[in-house]
Amino acid sequence: MKAFTYERAASPAEAAAAATRRPGAKFVAGGTNLLDLMKLEIETPVHLIDVNGLGLDKIEPTAEGGLRIGALVRNTDLAADERVRRDYGVLSRALMAGASGQLRNMATTGGNLLQRTRCPYFYDTNQPCNKRVPGSGCGAIDGFNRQHAILGVSEACIATHPSDMAVALRVLDATVETIRADGERRTIPIADFHRLPGDTPHIETVLRPGELITAVTLPPPVGGTQLYHKVRDRSSYAFALVSVAAIVQSDGSGRVALGGVAHKPWRVEAAEAELPHGAAAVAKKLLEGAKPTQENAFKLKLVERTLAAVLAEAKGARL
Amino acid sequence: MKFDTPATTNPIDQLKVVGQPVDRVDGPLKTTGTAPYAYEHPVPDAAYGHVIGAAIAKGRITSMDLAQARAAPGVLAIVTADNAGKLEKGEHNTATLLGGPEIQHYHQAIALVVAETFEQARAAAHLVHVEYERGRGAFDLAAEKGSSIKPKPGIGGEADTAVGDFASAFAEAPVQLDATYTTPDQTHVMMEPHASIAKWDGDRLTVWTSNQMVAWGTKDLAKTLGIPKENVHLMSPYIGGGFGGKLFLRADVLLAALGARAAKRPVKVALQRALMINNTTHRPATIQRIRLGAAKDGRLTAIGHESWSGDLPGGEPETAVSQTRLLYAGANRMTSMRLAVLDLPEGNALRAPGEAPGMMALEIAMDEMAEKLGMDPVEFRLLNDTQVDPEHPKRPFSQRHLVECLRKGADHFGWAKRTARPGRSRKGRWLTGLGVAAAFCNNLLMKSAARVRLDHRGILTVETDMTDIGTGSYTVIAQTAAETMGLPLDKVVVRLGDSRFPVSCGSGGQWGGNNSSSGVYAACIKLRQAIAKKAGIDEDDAVFSDGHVTAGSKRMTLAELAGESGLAAEDQIEYGDLAERYQQSTFGAHFVEVAVDAFTGETHVRRMLAVCAAGRILNPKTARSQVIGAMTMGVGAALMEGLHVDKRRGFFVNHDLASYEVPVHADIPHQEVIFLDETDPVSSPLKAKGVGELGICGAAAAVANAIYNASGVRVRDYPVTLDKFIDRLPEAA
Repeated sequence: MKAFTYERAASPAEAAAAATRRPGAKFVAGGTNLLDLMKLEIETPVHLIDVNGLGLDKIEPTAEGGLRIGALVRNTDLAADERVRRDYGVLSRALMAGASGQLRNMATTGGNLLQRTRCPYFYDTNQPCNKRVPGSGCGAIDGFNRQHAILGVSEACIATHPSDMAVALRVLDATVETIRADGERRTIPIADFHRLPGDTPHIETVLRPGELITAVTLPPPVGGTQLYHKVRDRSSYAFALVSVAAIVQSDGSGRVALGGVAHKPWRVEAAEAELPHGAAAVAKKLLEGAKPTQENAFKLKLVERTLAAVLAEAKGARL
Repeated sequence: MKFDTPATTNPIDQLKVVGQPVDRVDGPLKTTGTAPYAYEHPVPDAAYGHVIGAAIAKGRITSMDLAQARAAPGVLAIVTADNAGKLEKGEHNTATLLGGPEIQHYHQAIALVVAETFEQARAAAHLVHVEYERGRGAFDLAAEKGSSIKPKPGIGGEADTAVGDFASAFAEAPVQLDATYTTPDQTHVMMEPHASIAKWDGDRLTVWTSNQMVAWGTKDLAKTLGIPKENVHLMSPYIGGGFGGKLFLRADVLLAALGARAAKRPVKVALQRALMINNTTHRPATIQRIRLGAAKDGRLTAIGHESWSGDLPGGEPETAVSQTRLLYAGANRMTSMRLAVLDLPEGNALRAPGEAPGMMALEIAMDEMAEKLGMDPVEFRLLNDTQVDPEHPKRPFSQRHLVECLRKGADHFGWAKRTARPGRSRKGRWLTGLGVAAAFCNNLLMKSAARVRLDHRGILTVETDMTDIGTGSYTVIAQTAAETMGLPLDKVVVRLGDSRFPVSCGSGGQWGGNNSSSGVYAACIKLRQAIAKKAGIDEDDAVFSDGHVTAGSKRMTLAELAGESGLAAEDQIEYGDLAERYQQSTFGAHFVEVAVDAFTGETHVRRMLAVCAAGRILNPKTARSQVIGAMTMGVGAALMEGLHVDKRRGFFVNHDLASYEVPVHADIPHQEVIFLDETDPVSSPLKAKGVGELGICGAAAAVANAIYNASGVRVRDYPVTLDKFIDRLPEAA
């Protein structure tokens, strides 16, 4: 770990200003990902701005009938919130499918969106990784890549985004609220928040330097049966091979998003029109343009079958 | 004490303390966090070392720039092969523990940075700049299989064995199976990393470490450093898991010693988790071909088992055919092991070496063969039982209750309710199935010594360099001493893991419990003789009980006999030729119920049962803990455990606890263990055997067989992850 300086910010705008003043600064909230990466010198911030005390830890109703989730709300608290469990079941389920109890107690809503990939070549500083060291190459593309992305991949990077929460937010059409050093606030649809790797896999979101996430807003509840099915190699503390977040209405219409298949939560609105025709039809549209490797080609079949499981469960739930 | 004739009635048979499910005597220390593990031992003025591992798998270091690191805050010394002085290689090591300039495997240690604090050492380690020249290496077992050679006879015996005419018998068999199975490289991932503190006083070295074999570690450390063994004092009283990964001297100990010498301070070193997996040993992957031939009535006529594995030059094979030489009857048989040179990290012992991966393959093969014969897999195994070593029919098993284990297990588990036809049992989205496998693991005999001392308070102190790797050694040794001396358990103090104590068998190969307790028994018998002599009574008339010795009307307390000066005795158990005259093995049966998601292929184990016949169970509570732990490892081996080899760069890619997956609580269902009431007078005076590794041998195959029964899909490539069969899974909807 490289030596760094540290400060506690007094307000979101001041935090953003502090980050802008110090190139190489980073915000720290739960620290569940950043501190691990700092120990390995994968992240080497020169300055940490602690945002834990900014009062961004509340879940409040919005005027439109949705929910505004402060960026510092812990994953455990968000998953347990009565309104979330009642109206946004897919979010609560996705959160509980992630990490472990200890990690969820620390991890925050904003931090969850910003966690880095779990690609083992990203984590091993002896190996090439375009995300860690731009231009160094990709160890995974012709290495061990069973867990890697099949959609939206580039020649520079086939890493996945590890978040479960983000997949649920995608299917819920959440928006991300931010603030910048000059006090300017903006709202970013979750669909636009994460970027595909392209030839700059080290740039993972559309956030600009110093821009701080202050909240995630959920639109008014859409009802339906809300499910999250995460397929993994063990029952807890494992990242998704494939996950499906779904909201299925009683008329068979609905929304689906995938995790574990791309550099961001994967949703293709056109595929959702196929929902009444079953999993195979939806999967076909969702997986258009997929570029799997030999080791992760199984994900194509797995997506279809997990979708089928979710649709069957939704059907059962409606009876 | 020489044990060369089968045991008759002896003090252990009283079973007042031995055989009772007593709590671990070291339990409170463990649960309160006060047992000092190696890294935690309080040593004043200790500095901290951080290990740098090689960034390439094979090749040479061309330059190493230490200047920046040396100038970093807090840095006291940097040890490299350049400045460490001449080092030998330990007898039990294949690769050197400090590499450079030549690199033999990925993450081979190439430097230790010593600093005032752990954080300073770690930060400075990142400032060491190393340039390499990459060499070409062999990293792919399947690709190197063709160039493998016949290894020298080793722990697993001869590379090849043959009885009768396997080729003809197999060719002529009306029912045949010829299938190839693979098992992956596996790593130990014990909770406590390899960790040591080293301290020099002149030319004398003291180390606190975490090592299963104190005498091996001491000897190899002295040898590597080129100093007399007598100058090394090694202590390993508490071990947070070893699983075979701490049988040998590893880099943490050596580098702590070198770092302490260079820094002129005590130095603490713990291998970083992400380094451990490629730096230390692992269980090598295997490719196993099994051929079985049977008559239509189900009797095996031909058994063939070949296994290929790889290791660094000078290494040894994974002895995956060992059990096949002994487990089932069959007149014509062959086994063979071949060894390829691989430039991956060093292969060595892990949780029932040889037998665990061997049983993973053999016991699927038996399931497949039973199906071909149209027989129930339990019945098929019963039919092919043998009471003699099938390669040497004049040599009986000392005890063999495989049949009883299978029968009792089938009964208890509800095996009769199994649907024989696979893929036919579906409840909602779950395909359910039952699987069975035999359990088999050899019982090994090792010399083991102990010293016992009785003091004026009537307290008996036992000292032996035996280790407790979480298995319960402290407890069974205390029970043995208490039973033999007629003392309550709370009058016995057990001190382990110190190179100044008599040399024990150590912990490994499930030999620890039986042999170390027998060594303590031998020492106690000697002490009984001394006590009888002092009491002026005939040893044969002396009854030791309740802290007293009684002979006729004479009754004295052990405390008064010990007197102010105390009484002591030292002895060891050593063995005659009973292990040659009798085959000594442990047996069992594993039963498993799984549910496979009909849509996704996710497997959940629902119930497990192990029935074990492993001689006298010294402590049913600690034995059960060992077996359920082993069954859990079997679930891991079946469903998720495996190192992934990057075949271009030559390293295990998933080298941390997040990516090398072992079962979590949520993966482990209801587990039950039944011990048959067995004593084996041929194994030792305690009539006990090993039991820990028996629990893993066969467990994974039982899971794989249950998956087949549930889904109708056979996977011969461990672990049985869904990517290997999702395309073969029947339509779910």
